[in-house]
Amino acid sequence: MTKNVTSKELMGGDDDLPLYAPQKKIYPQRVSGTFRRIKWGLMALCLGVYYLLPLVRWNRGLGAPDQAVLIDFQSQRFYFFFIELWPQEFYYFTGLLILAAFTLFLMNALGGRIWCGYLCPQTVWTDLFYGVEYWSEGDRRARIKADAGPLTAARLARRALKQAIWLIIAWWTGGAWVLYFSDAPTLVRDLATFQAPTIAYIWIGILTASTYLLAGHAREQVCLYMCPWPRIQAALTDEWALNVTYKYDRGEPRCSVKKGRAQRALGEKIGECVDCNQCVAVCPTGIDIRNGAQLGCIQCGLCIDACDTVMKRIGRPMRLIGYDNDINVQRRTSGKTELFKPVRSRTVVYAALITMVCTVMLHALLTRSLLDLNVLHDRNPVAVKLSAGAIRNGYTLRFINKRGFDRVIAVDVDGPANAQIHIVGVDSVTPDRPMIVLARDATTELRVLVTAPVDETVEKTQPVKFRITDIGLGEVASATDHFVTP
Amino acid sequence: MSQHNDTDHISGRSTTGHEWDGIEELNTPLPRWWVLTFYATIIWAFGYWVVYPAWPLVSGYTAGVLHYTNRAAVTANLAQLEALRGEKMKALGTASLAEIENDPALLALARARGKTVFGDNCAPCHGSGAAGAKGYPNLNDDDWLWGGTLDQIMQTIQFGARSGKAKAHEGQMLAFGKDGVLKSDEIVTVANYVRSLSGLSTRKGYDAAKGEKIFADNCVACHGDGGKGNQELGAANLTDKIWLYGSDEATLIETISNGRAGVMPAWEGRLDPSTIKAMAVYVHALGGGK
Ligand code: SF4
Ligand code: SF4
Repeated sequence: MTKNVTSKELMGGDDDLPLYAPQKKIYPQRVSGTFRRIKWGLMALCLGVYYLLPLVRWNRGLGAPDQAVLIDFQSQRFYFFFIELWPQEFYYFTGLLILAAFTLFLMNALGGRIWCGYLCPQTVWTDLFYGVEYWSEGDRRARIKADAGPLTAARLARRALKQAIWLIIAWWTGGAWVLYFSDAPTLVRDLATFQAPTIAYIWIGILTASTYLLAGHAREQVCLYMCPWPRIQAALTDEWALNVTYKYDRGEPRCSVKKGRAQRALGEKIGECVDCNQCVAVCPTGIDIRNGAQLGCIQCGLCIDACDTVMKRIGRPMRLIGYDNDINVQRRTSGKTELFKPVRSRTVVYAALITMVCTVMLHALLTRSLLDLNVLHDRNPVAVKLSAGAIRNGYTLRFINKRGFDRVIAVDVDGPANAQIHIVGVDSVTPDRPMIVLARDATTELRVLVTAPVDETVEKTQPVKFRITDIGLGEVASATDHFVTP
Repeated sequence: MSQHNDTDHISGRSTTGHEWDGIEELNTPLPRWWVLTFYATIIWAFGYWVVYPAWPLVSGYTAGVLHYTNRAAVTANLAQLEALRGEKMKALGTASLAEIENDPALLALARARGKTVFGDNCAPCHGSGAAGAKGYPNLNDDDWLWGGTLDQIMQTIQFGARSGKAKAHEGQMLAFGKDGVLKSDEIVTVANYVRSLSGLSTRKGYDAAKGEKIFADNCVACHGDGGKGNQELGAANLTDKIWLYGSDEATLIETISNGRAGVMPAWEGRLDPSTIKAMAVYVHALGGGK
């Protein structure tokens, strides 16, 4: 080492910043307007569905739960209105996830991060918590002033009130969550009388804590540091997607109202942004949209409402900030008319994929069988020679009855010539084939023996097909395996 | 090697004095949370020594104030398991064999229980799938030396065959050659006669009438008229297609010459009654039971 370098120089001069920047407190201002109204509406819808859905009843007949949406871990069933899914039908959830992904892509291609701004649980609950904050601690100015000033008793009381309401909402959120996993009215009563299973209290605790921390304290930090979607969507978007945009071609150069009037009178080109900073003040992630598209913008549209209010007051056309894209900025600059293109190859492909997945899922759902049969051949021994020389193979058959009532089924076998079937523990052979009773909404496993007078000259293995027929409904299911000769 | 510098002249921080290829190691203090965790584990270790068995001694070990042992824990777990099974196993004990087989729930329980017990106790001789081997009957087929009804199977499992127990099955294949009852050519003849009983080919020029006579004089007493066997004595049916030791001429000559007396152990006293019941049902349900 010959040269003396300081560590600061080594690490890039004055950029020796800590790896973590503490959260900058944001004081979003209350705003009213079109997008705020849309947000309130969607919030009411989303929260309404979330909080009330478990209470909706659905009559499924005797012995079946009468809750419209129920994830029943104990008996391994998922109920959704008229649909009842078994564990092996879990692929429907895969379908739903694929559908959700494509829908998100389509939304993104049409209107950017609509999901982030209006529907994401983080946004919805944070918005609700902000609502509580306005109500208890006042608007932006009041809060900034109160935070800067001394901690008076009144201030403390307001803060405590806010925290209390936050906690109640968070607790209610966790409470609604567990209702999806058990009969809601019963569980509510059990919870109130401290009879509910411990796991219910644990989950309520977890969701209370996470809702309170994420919506009350982490807020925009979740979007900025924890959520992967802003990064992913940046790779998915294209130049036609509509995003909340500051139309700098109209807004720049910024100028105060009075000065602008004077300048305009002199015939100078002057922008319409009056630099009032309203768009920044209302932004829940604390960014300045006038700096262009950026990761921090969750596309909530509140800055549009804020700026529209200003534009209205100074008598200028609305939507200096609005849903727009770069293509239109360029078209306007070069004197062309604005152009919107919701139908383009990307959106068509997404829509087609969504339709396809929906069709496949719907078809699978409508044609799924409520009577099923699985077969497993004995492995040891694979075949048994009987004293008269006939060969017998053993199988385990699993019968699946997804209907809500017991039913009688007949079992047939198509195998080697003159094959005889016997089910262990079942004597009824009427007139020539065994019948069994399948319990409702359950699987039944039975040992089945097939005997055939086969000699050494025939094939080593022959196909064997088990067919079951519901005597009452005529429903049929079958399963194929092999009959092995030693 | 450079000489040991206490401070690094670039960052101005102290070093450990270690240096590799010109790269020195800064003496960076551990984070406080790390150090505290480390101390906490040391304290934890002391607690562990006191509470659990930890230190080996010359003959034994420190028992720890909890007196915890793995063995006791396993015993407790097994007892808990038995208690858990209690009700259902009791039902197995009180129901008759036929009742068990006609009740789907009991049948499933008996088969499951029978299967594990079979694997533990019977598989060494009869094979894990009960397919048997030379000298060890296949329990899947329909040929039974001592009878294949539920009761007969249970009886065989309980007391065994030639096991020396009071109620065990008795009877054996005599050694006609070794004991000098039959001459070698007579043994060959009767062996061919026995093969003919089940429709197997016979040696060229063998005297069927002589074979029949030797059989009638020596074998009918146990194997019965026409060689149909006798389950009272465990005498094999010689007319079917199933052979415990093999049906080729050489094996038959060996069987007739030296006799056979395979032993099935008795399980009473080694397995509890409801388990023996479960096993009888399991074997019967393999498919060969009568
Ligand atoms: S910049 Fe506007 S749209 Fe984006 S997050 Fe802020 S207020 Fe919402
Ligand atoms: S609200 Fe509109 S006028 Fe005010 S600073 Fe923002 S863009 Fe400019």
